Amino acid sequence: MSEQQTATIVDTLKQDTTAHAGSGSDWIMHHIMDSDKLDFAPFGSIPLPQIHLFGLDLSITKHVFFLWVAAALLIFLMLRVSNAYKKSPVPRGVGTLFEILIEFVRDEIAKPTIGKGYEKFLPYLLSTFFFILLSNFLGLLPYSATVTSNITVTSVLAIFSFFVIQLAGINKNGLFGYFKGLIPPGVPVLLLPIMLVVELLGLFTKPFALAVRLFANMTAGHIVIYALISLIFVMHSYFIAPVSIGMALFIYLLEILVALLQAYIFVMLSSLFIGMAYHQDH
Amino acid sequence: MLVFSLIALSAMFASGEEGGGGSLLAVNYGLAVWTILTFLILLFILKIFAWKPILAALAEREQKIKDSLQMAEKANEDAKQMIEENKKQLLLAEDEAKKIVEQSRVYAEKLKTQLLEESKVQSQKLIANASQEIERKKNEAFDQLKNQVADLSLSIAEKILKQSVDKNANAEMIKKYIDEIQKN
Repeated sequence: MSEQQTATIVDTLKQDTTAHAGSGSDWIMHHIMDSDKLDFAPFGSIPLPQIHLFGLDLSITKHVFFLWVAAALLIFLMLRVSNAYKKSPVPRGVGTLFEILIEFVRDEIAKPTIGKGYEKFLPYLLSTFFFILLSNFLGLLPYSATVTSNITVTSVLAIFSFFVIQLAGINKNGLFGYFKGLIPPGVPVLLLPIMLVVELLGLFTKPFALAVRLFANMTAGHIVIYALISLIFVMHSYFIAPVSIGMALFIYLLEILVALLQAYIFVMLSSLFIGMAYHQDH
Repeated sequence: MLVFSLIALSAMFASGEEGGGGSLLAVNYGLAVWTILTFLILLFILKIFAWKPILAALAEREQKIKDSLQMAEKANEDAKQMIEENKKQLLLAEDEAKKIVEQSRVYAEKLKTQLLEESKVQSQKLIANASQEIERKKNEAFDQLKNQVADLSLSIAEKILKQSVDKNANAEMIKKYIDEIQKN
């Protein structure tokens, strides 16, 4: 598979180098960034519909398309898993894998970080976990795009986490109680204005960090793979190819780990922040 | 609120965009709208059709396993208790059986000696009776014989006296007869 991928990259690279004539990193950006067509080089590409509504560019871009692919795949898989439980309480086939992951999110992420009342947040945490996981893995397939290496998507996911965190806190402790609870008890009165600013800023930096972490991790791996492949062309030698491909393969395997890890970290931290907002006294 | 956060984030990225070369950090509002829509729909569908039944099934199964484990433990405990009780009962029964055997042995011994004693007495009595009878019969027979001998001797004497009184020669013979009879 990786050889096929490499062949494709070689072809696209040739196209790009002839088109851009020398701009070294443009083709990497081209592969990572969103575009208005599905690229199946060297077999051509499929243009996607352009929609402009209310002064917003609501075009179906490549990332929107793969967003939908991930969502549809997830719904399809989860409905199958859920239907399997109607027949027998013991899962079979794919169900066992998903059961392990679901129980992992429930028992290793939600239960220890949120504690009592964690059941309310499970649907959100599970959805986020599997959506990020599937998007990450989808991005590792040839011809697809990594939705989670787009800062807009990760920002939206982080904003969802932000709202869930705030609503969890406000719902449990009341609007006033929640904001009062943000400031740790026993702070001198003189420090109060500073603490208020710091804590309010903290509310926003948490989801910001979530968004950037996921985006950076998913982008970096891809950039490294493309950079390693481009070594062959930069050096103008076929002898560098085995080294390049070997290292790219290694990074690719690492990417599989990172895909799993980042989904875990995003959901783990979200869950942790929810727990902190929900049980403020700890 | 949502828009505010989006703008806050995008403002941070906008500054990055100006500094950096590419538009890697650019926020695309159209994509944001699509992401929000997609994720909300995904959340909604999964929550109703996937997480609720799956989590319920998992919880139910876990409860079932817990219950059956508890039940098994209880059954095990019960069985252990029953075995203990059975053992106790068995020991008791063994004791009882031993006692019964012992008792019956003693009884049999007693019975044996008693019977032996009785039969001894009985046999002695029988022997005594028998010897008495024998004595009686012997005496009777003697008496009878005596009478018969007397009769016989009388008739012999008669015959001899009738045939010849003077046959002195035979006197000696008579005397011999009498002697013989007496001897008998």
